[in-house]
Amino acid sequence: MGKLLRDVAIMGIGQTRFGEMWDLSFRILGIQAGMKAIKDANIESKLIDSLYIGNMSSGLFMDQEHISSMIIEEVGLTGAHVPATRVEAADASGALALRQAIFEIASGQSNVIVVGGAEKMTDVTSDVASDFIMAGADKAWEGLFGASLPSLFALMARKHMHDFGTTREQIASVAVKNHANGARNPFAQFQKEIDLDTVLNAPKIAEPLGVFDCFPVSDGAAALILADIDTAKEYCGEPIRITGSGQGSDTLSITNRSEITMFDSTIKASKQAYDMAGVSPSDIDVAEVHDSYTIAEIIAIEDLGFFPKGEGGRAVFEGETSLEGSIPVNTSGGLKARGHPFGATGIAQINEIVLQLRNKASGRQVKDARIGLAQNMGGTGGTSIVHILEVD
Amino acid sequence: MAVARFWRNQDQRYNLMGSECEICGRKFFPDKTMCPVCHRKSIGKMKSFRFSGNGTIESYTMVHVGMPQFKSQVPYILAYIALDEGDHVLGQLVDCDISEVSIGMKVEMVFRKISQEGKSGTIQYGYKFRLSG
Repeated sequence: MGKLLRDVAIMGIGQTRFGEMWDLSFRILGIQAGMKAIKDANIESKLIDSLYIGNMSSGLFMDQEHISSMIIEEVGLTGAHVPATRVEAADASGALALRQAIFEIASGQSNVIVVGGAEKMTDVTSDVASDFIMAGADKAWEGLFGASLPSLFALMARKHMHDFGTTREQIASVAVKNHANGARNPFAQFQKEIDLDTVLNAPKIAEPLGVFDCFPVSDGAAALILADIDTAKEYCGEPIRITGSGQGSDTLSITNRSEITMFDSTIKASKQAYDMAGVSPSDIDVAEVHDSYTIAEIIAIEDLGFFPKGEGGRAVFEGETSLEGSIPVNTSGGLKARGHPFGATGIAQINEIVLQLRNKASGRQVKDARIGLAQNMGGTGGTSIVHILEVD
Repeated sequence: MAVARFWRNQDQRYNLMGSECEICGRKFFPDKTMCPVCHRKSIGKMKSFRFSGNGTIESYTMVHVGMPQFKSQVPYILAYIALDEGDHVLGQLVDCDISEVSIGMKVEMVFRKISQEGKSGTIQYGYKFRLSG
């Protein structure tokens, strides 16, 4: 795959609070995140060459498509007819939008791009939302036979417990850790610590997973300003470089995979990203991973090479991924506590890593963080995207 | 859902009809038009293959909060099954209690009502599984 043709860096970041934002429309959420990012980057809007938006399903959740045009109108960039592109890969839409923007800058076609991610999910009832959420997996061969998205991750959890001796308590400890981190993030949907018993005794969704093993339904938007490194240095005191980007695919349905205790798409994406950046898993100081369900974080930290296969649960339970651990994971609170507005998640993960590398993550700052990683996944791993960020 | 969308896959849903690659002999469910191993060589060489419906439980879960159309059925057991001839299938496990189920158990396919779209909507039929050990 090789290196990018031009170095790319992040100049500014912004996001809304995630949660049930009944008083805020999709348009308002999007523009709030975008304006914060532009202000943070200290640039004039006229510098913007292009816009990308990651969004899974405005059609299902809002009965509105063509939101690229909607957003460009809302941010007032129609005068220059700035091109806007919507990108979709279920809940990996945000990271995929970023990846496309990276390529557009690296190819020399654009110098400055706004990359956003947004989803408005609470305008429908939770029943309807769970049906729409399942559209990121296989509706025809999983959904129509009774599978919901959490039930597919429950199958992975049961097999991980069976094959590697992972315990229910180890899986639950992911939620405890991520809620502890979310309590220190002012943008998080849940800013409250929970204990292990709360997770273990919560109403069951799909055994062994309960309510606290699952992401919440959220509204929210996140944005960042991406530029070639020369432009970034001109306007921004401390640009954060994106040194690695990787992407992998897998079958839409888990039934067509040989193994469900790992995500081959994540393994492929991370190898690509590590190779491009010239770093290894042990070089990563802080990581945001796709904990849509608690078991997904355990599998992710194994797939990313932070821990050997089967050791993920033990590592989380013993605190190796907590803020003071050897590799802090999901310092933002993750999808579990920060919230999971599908299209926004991939960008929010990157923004958390930027905050950490700028040493501006206040109550949840990881000491001496120089290299960070973000892993964003669509559905049950049909798409996985990994980015590596570094501060000079 | 449009009736045609379900109807066109009737053979797969009713009879576990998949496909077999004549080049490598691998079996696939649901059917594939191209073998993901043999690629171009498999074009025109994929033939229909009916799975026996016998398999082994690789994982299972008790679903308490399901999709809207399965609301009246909760709680129910969903199993991830390795079919004897190859590939996997996902289906409900019926006629048993969750306490009887464990990974590694043998199952067989049964033909059942899967779901119904409201009181007057289409009734959808297809495969479920039961313990056969």
